[in-house]
Amino acid sequence: MRYLPLSDTDRSQMLQAVGAKSIDDLFVDVPKAARLDGLVRGLPLHASELAVERHMGALSKANMVAGEVPFFLGCGAYRHHVPASVDHIIQRGEFLTSYTPYQPEIAQGTLQVLFEFQTQVARLFGCDIANASMYDGSTACWEAVLMAGRITRREKAILSSGLHPHYVSVCNTMAKFTGDTLQSGEPTLSAETDAEHLIAGIDEQTSAVVVQYPDILGRITDLTPIAEAAHAKGALLIAVVTEPVALGLIKSPGEMGADVVVGEGQSIGVGLQFGGPYVGLFACNEKFVRQMPGRLAGETVDAEGKRGFVLTLSTREQHIRREKATSNICTSSVLCALAFTAHLTLLGEKGLRRLASLNHARACEVADRLAAIPGVSLVNDGFFNEFTLELPVEARPAVHAMVEKGVLGGVSLGRLYPDSPALANGLVVAVTETVTDEDIDVLEAALKEVAK
Amino acid sequence: MTVNPSGWRPTAPTNASDCGPETVTGNRALQLEEPLLFEGGRLDQTGVDLPDAKHSPARLGGLERNRDIGLPGLSEPEAVRHYTRLSRQNYAIDLGLFPLGSCTMKHNPRLNEKVARMPGFADVHPLQPQETVQGALRVIDELASWLLDLSGMHSVAMSPKAGAHGELCGLLCIRSALEARGDPREVVLVPESAHGTNPATAAFAGYRVESIPANKAGRVDLDALRARLGPDVAAVMITNPNTCGLFEPEMIEISEAVHAAGAFVYCDGANFNAIVGRVRPGDLGIDAMHINLHKTFSTPHGGGGPGSGPVVLSKALAPFGPLPFVAKGADGTCKLVEEENSGEEHPNAFGRMTAFHGQMGMFTRALTYILSHGADGLRQVAEDAVLNANYVLRSLADVLDAPFASAGPCMHEAIFSDKGFAEGLGTIDLAKALIDEGFHPMTMYFPLVVHGAMLVEPTETESKAALDQFIAAMRSIAERAKAGDEGLKSAPVYAPRRRLDETLAARKPVLVYREPVQAKAAE
Repeated sequence: MRYLPLSDTDRSQMLQAVGAKSIDDLFVDVPKAARLDGLVRGLPLHASELAVERHMGALSKANMVAGEVPFFLGCGAYRHHVPASVDHIIQRGEFLTSYTPYQPEIAQGTLQVLFEFQTQVARLFGCDIANASMYDGSTACWEAVLMAGRITRREKAILSSGLHPHYVSVCNTMAKFTGDTLQSGEPTLSAETDAEHLIAGIDEQTSAVVVQYPDILGRITDLTPIAEAAHAKGALLIAVVTEPVALGLIKSPGEMGADVVVGEGQSIGVGLQFGGPYVGLFACNEKFVRQMPGRLAGETVDAEGKRGFVLTLSTREQHIRREKATSNICTSSVLCALAFTAHLTLLGEKGLRRLASLNHARACEVADRLAAIPGVSLVNDGFFNEFTLELPVEARPAVHAMVEKGVLGGVSLGRLYPDSPALANGLVVAVTETVTDEDIDVLEAALKEVAK
Repeated sequence: MTVNPSGWRPTAPTNASDCGPETVTGNRALQLEEPLLFEGGRLDQTGVDLPDAKHSPARLGGLERNRDIGLPGLSEPEAVRHYTRLSRQNYAIDLGLFPLGSCTMKHNPRLNEKVARMPGFADVHPLQPQETVQGALRVIDELASWLLDLSGMHSVAMSPKAGAHGELCGLLCIRSALEARGDPREVVLVPESAHGTNPATAAFAGYRVESIPANKAGRVDLDALRARLGPDVAAVMITNPNTCGLFEPEMIEISEAVHAAGAFVYCDGANFNAIVGRVRPGDLGIDAMHINLHKTFSTPHGGGGPGSGPVVLSKALAPFGPLPFVAKGADGTCKLVEEENSGEEHPNAFGRMTAFHGQMGMFTRALTYILSHGADGLRQVAEDAVLNANYVLRSLADVLDAPFASAGPCMHEAIFSDKGFAEGLGTIDLAKALIDEGFHPMTMYFPLVVHGAMLVEPTETESKAALDQFIAAMRSIAERAKAGDEGLKSAPVYAPRRRLDETLAARKPVLVYREPVQAKAAE
């Protein structure tokens, strides 16, 4: 077995050294009734690298690959070009095969990366500080709601109808067990967001208002009035960003008064990966630092006075605080955070702005062309790289029909809101820099066909 | 061939602090210092070539950004160098033994990395129509099937993102099952020796946590447990093998007692590597157990994740498992069971834990690892992991206090205490000296039930030669600690940094970089 260095000679020498007659002697504590005498039945035996690669390769080929067809899906996961050097960097064995930096003297690489990551996330989101990552955007969103509850000592949060329905679902699942009250609803196919409705709903029991920016239909709303209304009642504004590239072009939530900004970092550096692993981003106002979940890297000095970094404020965390911890999170998503920060470093301010402009210009072009198809209309006034169309037919079968034509043409709102007939004709289309002129031609032709 | 005809020989410095003159750069040959990105990068620099956007009026609702973000960029050569230099300040399994107890730092096969990057896995969107992702769904289904066979359990929830997320999944299943039978309970019992995530998760799931004591043999005190069980106890969270590296020999009795009291058994599966292929948790009466794919099944830790924590469930808990999951039809096609079809397929699901389907990139790696090993290789994994740990235990038991060594063998990790060290020296000093010897230290001061605990988990991917070298280093340092060698206090000497001031970091937290002017203003 190529991954096991011990030879049979080693094994017998070592058994002798430990005073055991056979390996079974080392498993004596296992109750007899639970000992397996031989191999688990019905399973194949070990296989060569070649054989395994063939098997997995066949499974890989049984998928339609985003990069090989015209591709327009978004709704919480975006396809951007990732520079080759990013993958090289995350495959450095010293990053890939290290552990959580519990021994800082020999983990300065990871710790400095996390410090830089925290700084980038905080600046991008317009907040004072950020943590060293969460599992993904949806779990970061729930952690933010919990944190707002701890800060305000209130238990009612209002979720915007523009929040990704899976994020709403995660929050609803968790709130069932924590006893928090959540108000949420479904969006309407309209250019108007529910900002006014949210503002009207905030009262003295509200811990937080949660608003996605841009939202699930791609709409962009000014967060300033919502932040002001929340603050007037002692509530927090939590902004959720599922497409951080947008912030190269539009104002950050922090600038508009959001107290906590969480997000999904997948679109920078990480790739689609069928939904995971992704990387949750979590930033907030500095005064909430002791209520934050997750790891934090901080600056300090070593015994010779040299600058170095350590994990800090761990008295918030489970390994010290146990049942009184701010969260149960331990392992988070550090390698994806590295991919995010390496890609963002390669882009820099200049590259991010240019990338964002390119996405927006492309999306504007596609929106106009598709909205010109008879019967198809554009729902959004404003958008970044993703917008919603109202089709003359149900969008869900239309998406499947486009697959038949070799096009991944968007996400139907029927997939996300299966119980809402009012949304059934909605199609969310995302357009990034990876889309070619030919892709647009093919999508336009396919949509013309299926929207008849 | 004569390499050095002059016969000249280098002279070694006589002590560690005399390592030669200071250098202008602060570098020391291959030990290269690297400034922060924010000190070297520039806002107008980029390492990505992008075409100009076609000019069109923005449709951004009047929310155009009008100030700088403050994100410096680097060209590609600068960026590659920045991260490569930083990487060299990390210890890693690729460099040497990483015996961090309960963390299972084993070799990460590179085939797994290659497979995870196949476009059919890496470049598919989670919301693609299901007919376009059958291969990806089959990966999830195949892995799930292996996990069920290896655990002997009834069903498995694949979506949890890491171990602690898996714990949460298991406890929410338990809570749902209790609520469904109209018997909500309030307390979760957790042994003192448990990982911190156990009590934190129980609290996160809305339970009150009480601890149960260990007996002198480092195991759960069954009598104390029986005495505490009652109608208010929802679950007992057990780690087995436990955090002292010992199997719970009374596990079946524990499960029976818990079930008789109407409660459920949650098992922390962090230590599954010790028993994979030799013991099935389903045969021990366990109701829910998470499996850390980033431990037992070798998906890389990546400096702190991503992990993946599928949860295997007993028949009693299976109906409550979360959405979404993959179901395989009679014709071999796979489908996702999500909110819309759960009414018919899985009506008692407790809900959704994460936006999408779980850690696909970890599933492909873990399945590749499992297929490579097969049933025989996996059993050998457990046996070699346990043999390596016992070899370390017996090779050090005469120089280090090993509190449970006299009672019998350990499982995949060996535990030692700092008993017998000279006054003023402790576990941390031994650990830091181990860094100078070129090893990552063991887990320190955990579990709390052993004084100055040192938990050593070598894993099965270490050769006998590597273990012998580690043992020699440990023996030497242990002797020095017992003899009161104050030099240990200054270790590590050869690492990129000396001991770091963690108190300062916590007292005056600096969590983001601020430009000098800004930083001054903030003070």
